[in-house]
Amino acid sequence: MNFASQFRKQARVMAGDLRHRQIIRTALGHYEIARDQGQAAFQDWSGTRQLAAETKWEAVNHLDKYLEEFVAKLEARGTKVHWVSTGAQAREIILQIVRDKKARSIIKSKAMTAEEIHLNDALEKAGLQVVENDLGEFIVQLRHEAPYHIVFPSMHLTRAEISGLFQRELGSAPTNDPEELTMIARRVLRKKYLSADIGITGANFAIAETGMISITENEGNARLTAALPKTMISLLGIEKVLPKLADLALFLPMLATMGTGQALTCYNTMYGGPRQPGESDGPEEWHVVLLDNHRTELLADAGQRDALHCIRCGACLNVCPIFRNVGGHTYGTTYSGPIGSVITPHLRGLQDWKHLSHASSLCGACTETCPVKIDLHHHLLENRRNAAKGKPAFFERLAYKIFGFVANKPALWSLAKAFGRAAQPLQNAVKGTALDPVKAWTRTRDLPPLARESFKDWWRNRK
Amino acid sequence: MNEREKILSRVREALKTQATLPGLPGHASTPTTGSTPRQWLPEVPDSFDAQIALFARNAAGLKADFQLFNSTGEMCQALEQLRDAEGWKRVAGHAGDLANAICPALNLPLFRTDRVYDVHELEACDAGISECDALIAQTGSVLVTNRSAGGRALSVLPPHHVVLARREQLVADLPAAFELLQQKYAANYPSMISFITGPSRTGDIERILVLGAHGPKKLTIFCL
Repeated sequence: MNFASQFRKQARVMAGDLRHRQIIRTALGHYEIARDQGQAAFQDWSGTRQLAAETKWEAVNHLDKYLEEFVAKLEARGTKVHWVSTGAQAREIILQIVRDKKARSIIKSKAMTAEEIHLNDALEKAGLQVVENDLGEFIVQLRHEAPYHIVFPSMHLTRAEISGLFQRELGSAPTNDPEELTMIARRVLRKKYLSADIGITGANFAIAETGMISITENEGNARLTAALPKTMISLLGIEKVLPKLADLALFLPMLATMGTGQALTCYNTMYGGPRQPGESDGPEEWHVVLLDNHRTELLADAGQRDALHCIRCGACLNVCPIFRNVGGHTYGTTYSGPIGSVITPHLRGLQDWKHLSHASSLCGACTETCPVKIDLHHHLLENRRNAAKGKPAFFERLAYKIFGFVANKPALWSLAKAFGRAAQPLQNAVKGTALDPVKAWTRTRDLPPLARESFKDWWRNRK
Repeated sequence: MNEREKILSRVREALKTQATLPGLPGHASTPTTGSTPRQWLPEVPDSFDAQIALFARNAAGLKADFQLFNSTGEMCQALEQLRDAEGWKRVAGHAGDLANAICPALNLPLFRTDRVYDVHELEACDAGISECDALIAQTGSVLVTNRSAGGRALSVLPPHHVVLARREQLVADLPAAFELLQQKYAANYPSMISFITGPSRTGDIERILVLGAHGPKKLTIFCL
């Protein structure tokens, strides 16, 4: 089964899953209130968005300059930087570091880029233990599942399901208390932090001016990952760059507001190197892996280049009527929701993933909410156009040709109308069955009855 | 050509076509409105008293405990009360003007993290006491660096983080905090800079707030 039919099949199941809808609606209802309050605290949200878009535009449109500055600054303080073009290269380099260090256990704080290159699979195949230490990621890892959402990985699960999971996988006592469940995970993960040989992180921003990465989190898991193991590896996409350290004064509160509705998340931490002379802790070695993985192809598309402005806040997922109905896993992609539908065809092939461009009502809620002003719903339209140009749909074109031909011949058009009126009662009789010629439409919708008299006939006969 | 050169040449090739800036159609050559973050971020009052009050409100909202003192004696007393209330046996900290003046009041051996230490011993501590670089009124955040606050782990590994600060360390907003960082460290930045905004938290289970996910369950900010 191809990606498109898998998507359609799963979407149909999820859209009818009332329990799932209830969970998502509750979770996002809380988010919406907090986000709106957060936005209202700013002096002017539209000015905030414009400045953020301008800053990201500057960074992305001078990416070569800022990347070189970022890397030079990092290297000057003893950080090893690895440039990689593909996910396979990134996995290979990280595996090599792990082998060189003869590491056995690895802890990893949340990193969507690592999901993108399926890093955990590669490490596990090499016989290594990797433990996700963000609570949500830890939960979905125990379930052998991908994160449901780029910011809320375990949003689709209830406390009862998580309790059941912990009983099975960790042997803990049953509980219905989120705090107790969190403490179970805390105890398990504490041991892992203290014994891990390597810590892997992602990055939310890369600061060119000072050669730092910035990590936004709430739990302290990334802080511990960057403090305790002897070796630290950070994996990030090349588009994460911001020109100046002070740009974070805008981006940190913006990411928090749109990501979770907080004014600022609990820990926003900048790392500028491994342990420096005179410092008492932190990793002895720090490797930064800079990943392209088709980002330069998206960069080459000037019309959609702004998709690289994305700060992965997840706001467009949260407002998307499609995401809210079909859920995060249905997409079958690392990045779901509107931003995922826009960039996945660039990252993984337009023809295989063009169906995502149609998984949109084009309502524009995503574009309106995006804090860095990515023109998301227009990019979906552009992807539709590009997909159709690249591989025209024969039957669709034929159907439009026939329609055009008939619509241009008044006599034929009248005949078609008469046929339609006569045939509709027959269609009603077989509606929804295998015999229904418009089943794809009538499965979830009614076919409106054709008017008994057309406007043209009414106009002619009105006297 | 190595990967670095390959990626950079792809970037340069891609950037040969110009992209327009969202929000300002037709202004690709002068794309910025030239605004600064301070114009847009939440407003902060000018007076010191109002800023301290704002910090206190924000800290309370974040479930951090913020206390203001008029003398080191008062601060020592409050710390002793904390020690007794929570039954601290072992406390971690670092050297510093304020820490040196306050921590001896505990009458407990201070496990030092500003020189190389064993992380298992730090994990066994009941509290970590650190100084900071700044308090930020706008967000209720504490700004620490590994240089000012006893390394990377002291402020996040023990279950209770106590911050010792002085009134003059209060800054109005995030841009001011970044200005301070630049003034203080631009020649040689610490390898870790962290904005701590309340005790560690998570909402990953049904979006219900739980404190103390992996970091401290409690954050106490003592200000002189």
